[in-house]
Amino acid sequence: MDPITLSRWQFGLTTVYHFLFVPLTLGMGWFVAFMQTRYYQTKDETFLKMAKFWGKLFLINFAIGVVTGIVQEFQFGMNWSEYSRFVGDIFGAPLAIEALLAFFMESTFLGIWIFGEGRVPEKVHLASIWLVAIGSNLSALWILLANGWMQHPVGYVLNEVTGRAQMVDFFALITNPKGWIFFWHTIAAGLATASFLILGVSAYHLVRKTKYTDLFKRSFQIAAIVGLVSSTLVFLGGHTQGQYIYETQPMKMASIEALWDTEQPASFSILTIGDLSGKKEVWSLRLPAFTSFLACNNFNCEVRGVNDIQAEYEQKYGPGDYIPLMVFTYWSFRFMMTVGFIMILLSAFFLWALRSDITKAKWMKWVPWVIVLPYIGNTGGWILTEMGRQPWIVQGLLKVQDAVSPNLTTVDLLISLIGYVVVYGALAVADFYLMRKYALAGPDAALRESVDVAPASVGAQD
Amino acid sequence: MSYEFLQTLWFILIAVLWIGFYFLEGFDFGVGMLLTFLGKKDNERRAIINTVGPTWDGNEVWLLTAGGATFAAFPQWYATMFSGFYLALFLLLVALIIRGIAFEYRSKDASPKWRNTFDWMIAIGSFLAALLLGVAFANLAEGVPINDKMMYTGNLFTLLNPYGLMGGLATVSVLLLHGANFLALKLDGELRERVRDWSKKIYWVAVILLVVLMIGTFFFTDMVSRLGYNPGIIPVASVICLLLSGFFINRKMEGWAFVMTSLNIVFTQITFFTIMFPRVMISSLNPAWSLTIYNASSSQYTLTVMSIIALIFVPIVLAYQAWTYYMFAKRISTKKDSLVY
Ligand code: HDD
Ligand code: HEM
Ligand code: HEM
Repeated sequence: MDPITLSRWQFGLTTVYHFLFVPLTLGMGWFVAFMQTRYYQTKDETFLKMAKFWGKLFLINFAIGVVTGIVQEFQFGMNWSEYSRFVGDIFGAPLAIEALLAFFMESTFLGIWIFGEGRVPEKVHLASIWLVAIGSNLSALWILLANGWMQHPVGYVLNEVTGRAQMVDFFALITNPKGWIFFWHTIAAGLATASFLILGVSAYHLVRKTKYTDLFKRSFQIAAIVGLVSSTLVFLGGHTQGQYIYETQPMKMASIEALWDTEQPASFSILTIGDLSGKKEVWSLRLPAFTSFLACNNFNCEVRGVNDIQAEYEQKYGPGDYIPLMVFTYWSFRFMMTVGFIMILLSAFFLWALRSDITKAKWMKWVPWVIVLPYIGNTGGWILTEMGRQPWIVQGLLKVQDAVSPNLTTVDLLISLIGYVVVYGALAVADFYLMRKYALAGPDAALRESVDVAPASVGAQD
Repeated sequence: MSYEFLQTLWFILIAVLWIGFYFLEGFDFGVGMLLTFLGKKDNERRAIINTVGPTWDGNEVWLLTAGGATFAAFPQWYATMFSGFYLALFLLLVALIIRGIAFEYRSKDASPKWRNTFDWMIAIGSFLAALLLGVAFANLAEGVPINDKMMYTGNLFTLLNPYGLMGGLATVSVLLLHGANFLALKLDGELRERVRDWSKKIYWVAVILLVVLMIGTFFFTDMVSRLGYNPGIIPVASVICLLLSGFFINRKMEGWAFVMTSLNIVFTQITFFTIMFPRVMISSLNPAWSLTIYNASSSQYTLTVMSIIALIFVPIVLAYQAWTYYMFAKRISTKKDSLVY
């Protein structure tokens, strides 16, 4: 195993892992802020309990987002030093701004929210959860602008002397359409993730008719509405993504569709079987003209195929393999899109079902499983985004193989990779245990004084 | 603004971020290291954690911002240091991960075993983080093998040299004292008495280790050739402040004792950054291969943009962080109302 392969595995694993926790943070913050605001306005205890219950799950999840995020911040320098030298002038800026604008805000006000109840004025306590929600979504914006730049570099020139990318237009960087489309799609996906978690957990309690039926019914209702709106926005955002990829990353587009030869109109592959290298087609079933629709909103445009683009890139960038690993791009897209459609239909169905008494419905006992859907979508989406950009780390400018830290040895990387797997594995166990425990225990466990303060004798003995 | 001015400004800004980090997260580390030794019972431990509970994550963001600012303003420094100190930073990350998760998770289950495990993770994580940061900073001052391609050519053991270890141990002991002073200021009742005894014991260790580090600095770094045999007021003030903190500890004036360890940290960091300037990474192979603020920085345009952003947002951040401390200024006891959250 060479250091490049190991670095890639490490980056991919740690980032996918970080993003297992991020979407719920992004979406759930808004829910908790909303519920607490309703309590503030109506003084209806149910809303307070709701805010606390979902807030507890939010916190358990948030903690992992924080600690795995620190790794992200350091990784560029640690594993991708040549990348950092090459792009630091322009890519470092959004990262630094993210820390200054967003991380300070969310971590400071989260501290106030957790510890402030009864210690700070109620209004301040309420404002702090809103600032946490805004802060975490702001952090997403900046990191997505950074990632957007890697997909579609703007506002820079290549400095001939130093051989590095150099910022010339900050405004272009922060208005990069790629980043904003990312933001739209990701924020909506975050809301959808939180909605589906709430739907699933509420259904669990509703079926068991625990004493909080009213609370969970209301939660279910709110989540069904937000779920429907956000999944629809996810779809529209995703469709916009597709059109933008068509213009800026044609190779990604072609590899998502396993489209070997240019077609007009382009058909959509329902199932394509490739050979083992993932780079050749063996058999496929296709839906006519649908890819054209995805890519440019009409059923008749030309979509270029992999072979065409490969030939063009060889001319432009020199010999080499410019085709991403199609098994990944193709399947991750299909998983994401399938769950996307299912989520829209499901939330519409839930909303419709709410007209009658859902606690009696037979299908309710299956609803907790919907929680997995957004996680498939989120992970699929990022794998597609990042793998579809290969072999580039910065589209058209720098290849992954030239980005890695030259001083790292295989041993260094084995130590860190195994270390991360062990530590992250343990984190996952602890997180899953606590999420499950608090989700199943219901609102009583999440209330003040009940679990956080143990009697004096518990804990370390004298 | 001239390019050189901006480069110097960003060197200072990053120094300020590190100073803020050591001052704020410094007592968090100290509190963390003391947790399992000072807190015998569960509610005592909860009380100790609650002294930093609302603020530790915000304090840690100083480190993240220092990292991000280094990336944006001095990408070469960021690239060389982070890839060069790879395994040391990996260990630092593990330490920060286990510590951070333990703060949030330790009370979420009532089993004594669960809580004790996480409490030890806080203690060990805090210790390891303080140690590694101290080692890293001492090595920066001493110089590390960097070749003409700005590439670090050593390994983890290169960093574990005598001076590096002096830096690590001095950092651990000073932050322990800083944390103990902070706790004496925040806690109430019997715990407050107990932490005072700890302060007295740690005090001498910290003084000795800091003096050892200072002497080491004369021999292992080029401080003398840069600052002269009389290094000026700041390094001396740093030692005096530490000595004074002992004076105040004995008189039970914990507020002043805390101010003194804070000043000690600030002055020590300023000394460090004056030795470095204008270099950011010193090459022990050839002085000409060192990274400086001139050859490691971003373009003038980037520095200008970042300066404007920092100018607007740093004061805002400082204001609301300071306000948080004000909000949570009340002393914490082991009584129930200061434990719940
Ligand atoms: C709940 C999760 C979820 C769901 C249901 C969907 N997506 Fe998605 N998708 C993501 C979560 C996500 C993501 C993880 O958030 C990504 C990664 C980067 C981004 O901006 O969003 C993503 C990326 C992403 C990209 C790649 C962008 C790029 O590489 O430049 C495309 C083309 C789509 N999506 C399209 C869709 C379509 C047509 C969907 C059909 C309904 C869809 N997504 C559902
Ligand atoms: C949070 C969601 C993200 C996920 C799930 C994700 C996933 C991945 C995966 C799977 C890879 C490995 C690709 C390969 O091995 O070929 C990768 C690579 C990479 N991604 Fe992302 N990524 C995410 C966000 C980001 C962001 C926000 C950035 C930049 C700010 C980024 C920058 C990179 C870099 C530098 C690499 C390493 C080089 C490479 O292998 O392409 N990623 N990512
Ligand atoms: C690979 C690039 C990434 C880096 C360098 C990064 C960095 C970080 C850091 C340092 C934290 C901890 C902040 C703290 O201590 O409070 C964090 C947490 C978080 N990140 Fe990431 N992250 C990356 C990817 C992403 C993506 C793609 C998103 C969203 C789309 C995201 C959104 C968040 C959120 C919402 C949190 C929640 C917890 C918190 O901020 O405290 N991150 N990230």
